[in-house]
Amino acid sequence: MSQARLSPGVVPGRLTQDELAANFVDVAPPLDRHEAQVAADRCYFCHDAPCITACPTSIDIPLFIRQIATDTPDAAAMTIFHANILGGMCARVCPTEQLCEGACVRMEAEGKPVEIGALQRYATDGLMAKATHPFRRAAATGKRIAVVGAGPAGLAAAHRLAAKGHDVVIFEARPKPGGLNEYGIASYKAVDGFAQEEVDWILGIGGIELRHGQALGRDITLEGLRAEYDAVFLGMGLGGVNALRAEGEDRDHVLDAVSFIRDLRQADDLTALPVGRDVVVIGGGMTAIDAGVQARLLGAENVTIVYRRGQDRMGASRHEQDHATASGVRIICDAAPVALHGNGAVAEVEFAYTEDGPDGLVLTDSRFRLRADQVFRAIGQRLDGAPEGLDLIAGKIAVSPEGRTSMDGIWAGGDCAAGGNDLTVTAVAQGRDAAEDIDARLTGRPVEIPG
Amino acid sequence: MADLRSNFIGIKSPNPFWLASAPPTDKEYNVRRAFQAGWGGVVWKTLGSEGPPVVNVNGPRYGVVHGADRRVLGINNIELITDRPLEVNLREIKSVKRDYPDRALIISLMVPCDEDSWRDILHRIEDTGADGVELNFGCPHGMAERGMGSAVGQVPEYIEMVTRWVKMHSRMPCIVKLTPNITDVRKPAEAAKRGGADAVSLINTINSITSVDLDLFAPQPTIDGKGSHGGYCGPAVKPIALNMVAEIARSAETRGLPISGIGGVTTWRDAAEFMALGAGNVQVCTAAMTYGFKVVQEMITGLHDYLDSHDMTLSDLIGRAVPNVRDWQELNLNYVTKAVIDQEACISCGRCYAACEDTSHQAIAMKPGRVFEVIEEECVACNLCVDVCPVEACITMRELAVGEIDKRTGIPRGTYANWTSHPNNPMARAAE
Repeated sequence: MSQARLSPGVVPGRLTQDELAANFVDVAPPLDRHEAQVAADRCYFCHDAPCITACPTSIDIPLFIRQIATDTPDAAAMTIFHANILGGMCARVCPTEQLCEGACVRMEAEGKPVEIGALQRYATDGLMAKATHPFRRAAATGKRIAVVGAGPAGLAAAHRLAAKGHDVVIFEARPKPGGLNEYGIASYKAVDGFAQEEVDWILGIGGIELRHGQALGRDITLEGLRAEYDAVFLGMGLGGVNALRAEGEDRDHVLDAVSFIRDLRQADDLTALPVGRDVVVIGGGMTAIDAGVQARLLGAENVTIVYRRGQDRMGASRHEQDHATASGVRIICDAAPVALHGNGAVAEVEFAYTEDGPDGLVLTDSRFRLRADQVFRAIGQRLDGAPEGLDLIAGKIAVSPEGRTSMDGIWAGGDCAAGGNDLTVTAVAQGRDAAEDIDARLTGRPVEIPG
Repeated sequence: MADLRSNFIGIKSPNPFWLASAPPTDKEYNVRRAFQAGWGGVVWKTLGSEGPPVVNVNGPRYGVVHGADRRVLGINNIELITDRPLEVNLREIKSVKRDYPDRALIISLMVPCDEDSWRDILHRIEDTGADGVELNFGCPHGMAERGMGSAVGQVPEYIEMVTRWVKMHSRMPCIVKLTPNITDVRKPAEAAKRGGADAVSLINTINSITSVDLDLFAPQPTIDGKGSHGGYCGPAVKPIALNMVAEIARSAETRGLPISGIGGVTTWRDAAEFMALGAGNVQVCTAAMTYGFKVVQEMITGLHDYLDSHDMTLSDLIGRAVPNVRDWQELNLNYVTKAVIDQEACISCGRCYAACEDTSHQAIAMKPGRVFEVIEEECVACNLCVDVCPVEACITMRELAVGEIDKRTGIPRGTYANWTSHPNNPMARAAE
């Protein structure tokens, strides 16, 4: 047992190297060939299948599963990648129980869907492990397109544009590409550097130049990109984090959950990463779950996620919630923070129970306190510093269904665009569809049917 | 509890489940294990003439057809008759029969097509205590090239001739095992009956190539890059076997000839179906080779439960479906049904729609919310939707009452009438 296991405060090394290694293994190990064949056999090959409709990228799921069942997993992977070039990551991070698997008719039949996510991973892992990139570029068009942000939306757009013969430059503010795939998801969902491997594999198509340290508004401007390139796609995600607006929020050890997740993903040595003994996470989405579970896995003794509305309103899926509770995380619903107490560092969080009435959420007089030496904010992100001149909706960039912004020649997609749902797979769909629209605009070619 | 004791042409066994002449019955060790597991009888693997035994290939003997999750649907084999010395087999048969007097023990035989060979082998097996003989006129590979097995079974005159020799030179009950590799199974059955056979057993295996290795470009099982057709058996052949059994059971020439049903019997239900079509008992091989001898326990309890729940005896079951097997021209053309989809049971997979819309009669509508409904005006009651639906009993066929309008034709349902009297039948008038 580690010396620091029960130390108060925010300290590193609560668990040993071996314990941490065991805690952060692949949360859903890949299927082997036999398991994949057995799982694939369960697909009914539905007509106009509900799983396809439920997938934001409209992957032809029954077809790829049939290709697995007939032992042609590479063909299955191509079916996936034609619709979703980040099919490998989506197989790992998609809330499938809310999307394809939730729509599977097997849910109706016996409450157990076909394991679509696991099958997708089986197919995509196999093809991605091969030496060559499977897509070829069309003849060069001579057009140059700027993509801002190397996250899921930007990568999907860049790949589709490169495939169509355009030259693409991606401007990325951070030192590594991948966006939230690299910085924003729990590390046990994409182990062994998968996010970087995936980016390298996508760039393998050629024709995509990646420039790091290039933030919009700091190093580059929209006007400048517009002048230099034939089209611009904005996919820079959300840089800002919403505040709690509770008294004492500025106390020490009150952090953004996304920063904690990022630091954890980038850490070379998890024993050096400090974590509290009593951790409180405020929020109800996937980020709250990822932060809470990983705090537990790092050795926090008590981790509590507190969400201000009812459980049915939580952004995190039931599957994610169950994963958290099974990891020893406690979830409290219908409570909002009113104050963070402590002397310098946070020591306690005071909550008020809430009631969801006709006039919105109301704080009641019923209060409780949780001991906390570390608090994570996970109550959503916002777009900081939107480029001037673009119409916004609720603080995000307004876009048409094709991804066109209010400015001619500028497209946007992913989390920075209004109307999405903060899912990787939705960002991929938006990037892909914007690329199709850009190509149609620049070349007059018809838009390919998604998928 | 229903009595499963069986008396097949005077051969008694505690149940009607026998193991067919095949690899599982090649030697004492296996047969003892089979009897311990509860099998009612065993047809010992085919014995040949005295002298150097046949030899088998030393590469793979079996090919397979898999269903979902590698479920064995069919196996073919290129194994020959027993490759062990005759004396060893005879000694073991005697030993097993002595210890299991209540079980049926039949000896399968295959010797060259001359009277001396048959007289000799029958003499050799006389004091084994075996209950009967089965003449292997069915094996389609290897031995057939030497003028035995299905080479005999395909020539009714040979069947009659050999059967007559056997009845002449042996007092044992004689079962003639038929090959399905012919055009009309009634002809060899009639020949067996003319020769004096006490029963026929069918089917033996079907000429087959189970698959082709797409790297070696050779049929499987592959022996040094080459393959030979084998004999196919298992669940996949059951429909063929059922029809052949029924053809013999209902033919005027062979009606009443006892039948031992063989071909893909895997569960109690398969056995019951064979028996309903006229088989007095069944023989099993592939199910045992796939799952081991223990499967007989499910067959025993299943048949018990079925007979009890229907208040039937075993003899009530045997042949009960035979009167309902008819020529097509006798079917009631005024029997009208329409598909009905149970919306509560439907899981909205849409397979019925795809099948009907793409390949049949466009009689299922796909409505908003993935609701699938039958269009009675188009439905010809083909049953394809029922067959492809993954949910049992979700789609059923509703029979129209006599007088009810068939929305497809606009004609009220009539009473029984078949093709022989149909106005479109050019022969109908001549028949009057």
